[in-house]
Amino acid sequence: MEKISVITSRTVVLPAANIDTDQIIPARFLTTTTRAGLGRHLFTDWRYQADGTPKPDFVLNRPESAGCAILVAGRNLGCGSSREHAPWALLDHGFRAVISTEIADIFRNNSLKNGLLPVVVDQATSDWLLAHPGAEVTIDLGTAQLRLPTGVSVGFPVDPFARYCLHNGVDELGFLLQQDPKIAAYEHGHPQ
Amino acid sequence: MNAPRTLFQKVWQQHEVVPETADTPAVLFIDLHLVHEVTSPQAFAVLRERGLPVRRRDLTLATMDHSTPTRTEQVFGGAPVQIEAAARQVRQLEANCAEFGVELLNLRSELRGIVHIIGPELGLTRPGRTIVCGDSHTSTHGAFGALAFGIGTTEVGHVLATQCLLQRKPRTFAINVGGRLPPGVCAKDLVLAIIGRIGVEGGTGHVLEYRGEAIRALDMEGRMTVCNMSIEAGARAGMIAPDDTTYAWLADRPRAPAGAEFERAVAHWRTLPSDPGAVFDREHTVEADGLAPMISYGTHPGMVMPIGGAIPDRKGDPVFDQAMAYMGFSAGAALRDRPVNVVFIGSCTNGRLGDLRAAASLLRGRKVASGVRMLVVPGSQQVKRAAEAEGLDRVFLDAGAEWRESGCSMCIGMNGDTVARGEYSVSTSNRNFEGRQGAGARTLLASPLTAAACAVRGRISDPRELL
Repeated sequence: MEKISVITSRTVVLPAANIDTDQIIPARFLTTTTRAGLGRHLFTDWRYQADGTPKPDFVLNRPESAGCAILVAGRNLGCGSSREHAPWALLDHGFRAVISTEIADIFRNNSLKNGLLPVVVDQATSDWLLAHPGAEVTIDLGTAQLRLPTGVSVGFPVDPFARYCLHNGVDELGFLLQQDPKIAAYEHGHPQ
Repeated sequence: MNAPRTLFQKVWQQHEVVPETADTPAVLFIDLHLVHEVTSPQAFAVLRERGLPVRRRDLTLATMDHSTPTRTEQVFGGAPVQIEAAARQVRQLEANCAEFGVELLNLRSELRGIVHIIGPELGLTRPGRTIVCGDSHTSTHGAFGALAFGIGTTEVGHVLATQCLLQRKPRTFAINVGGRLPPGVCAKDLVLAIIGRIGVEGGTGHVLEYRGEAIRALDMEGRMTVCNMSIEAGARAGMIAPDDTTYAWLADRPRAPAGAEFERAVAHWRTLPSDPGAVFDREHTVEADGLAPMISYGTHPGMVMPIGGAIPDRKGDPVFDQAMAYMGFSAGAALRDRPVNVVFIGSCTNGRLGDLRAAASLLRGRKVASGVRMLVVPGSQQVKRAAEAEGLDRVFLDAGAEWRESGCSMCIGMNGDTVARGEYSVSTSNRNFEGRQGAGARTLLASPLTAAACAVRGRISDPRELL
């Protein structure tokens, strides 16, 4: 996995709360057997009319969203299904980080596993971000700081192990495979 | 022993291969890994790329449920599966299981079914086990006092390769339910009421433990319904302590321990319930006596109310406004007597024999209202056979409902069983998100009794009026 340290980008804002993973990527696209190519189906039912033409008012279809790598959303982002296709779709579209006051557990975990950075901020910071779509912000994983264009910097929580893996491109499966002697010892002591 | 521990803490500690530190999550051993066709292909691909075998094939079981057809002629009759991508995914699982030596209950297996229904049926879901699956409703298995939760595809790969997961320990949240559920009020209504109270993010970061006399009074199927929907409250998992009801259910299950081994297992399981004085990070109390049949009115499972109620007024809240626009409802409106287009009985929430019996009890001698399409999808092939042995299929067919082979079907609409744009669907499933059952579909979540009553009347109805 690519190493992550600093992400600087203008934001795309979706103010809705409780954006569930069915909205991020509907079930009919889960029949894929790879991780790639889901970006064009991201938020598909909000993005396209029934006949497939883009809805001109949806934020992802507007020109100012092109090239943006940071998504700001209302609270409880990523609730619902455990589908990892949700962060895959976001990454394939070009997002590298998501920001909200609350990010659902499984989605947060899946995002970290794929290098999509989940950033939880307080209400005041979220209010500012929601009111200033397109603002250029910087997320510094090393210092766990989010820098706003006003000059204000806020800290965000990041699990030290997740940061270590993302920062160093360490693969969690590799880490787990190294635990083999301890796993074997556990199995020996706990026959099924 | 030391400080009193909760059920969750006991199961967690008993599975730590490496305990958590400030810098590293715990390495947790997984006793049972259930696999299905949608969230596994990319995981097997990673193992293949890295030349890794499945570490514990004996603790891994695969089935197919999400994208499988439910029409008999497509499952058994040789007619092609409608959706090519779904057919490909099913073939991919068959190829992966053959290559890696994982047991697969395939399309024609008499043991096939929804992944969270077959685990308990086979006696693989047991108290004190850690159970994972690439599906958020894995929380279902917590009804047995197991620690069971959903994982993403990357983690499916981790478990296949190492039988372990990296996990930070969640907090604990006790949901105390006193009293008894009144007649006509089911486990489904109870869990919808709980989610309505604590909210769709109320359980985030926590494992719920459901406690109290109303929980003890539930049978295993009712407990599974409650634990199933824990994820809809944002919780990591939901658990119910095992008791004699649990042990009786597990006795004689085909893959459960038997004889002296069963007695030894029960002795261990009796040590699992939370110790007196164990402390939870949060607690919430619900009184079951005052509950009514519930129905959802919006686009997430927290937007629920009693069947006879009026939609609360939250105008100006963008989530509420968008939900009302999507559903075609308004603040202050009642839902009773509104027309219904589709009724779906099924899913891992309410697709078991008891759910089918409940629905059949209201349909016996009655007809599905003209203009209503009713689909009854048993949760597993074993449930289907048991229902047919009791003549429940005849009750549904005589009433004018469709009787299908098992699968997730219309809950998620991946296999062609969908609700059309704008149609109102009363469903015993677990999610009423926009587009869940089909683009533009309008889902109302309810119990099997409520859903059956709506089918008979053709309108949103209180099942207690038909009992």
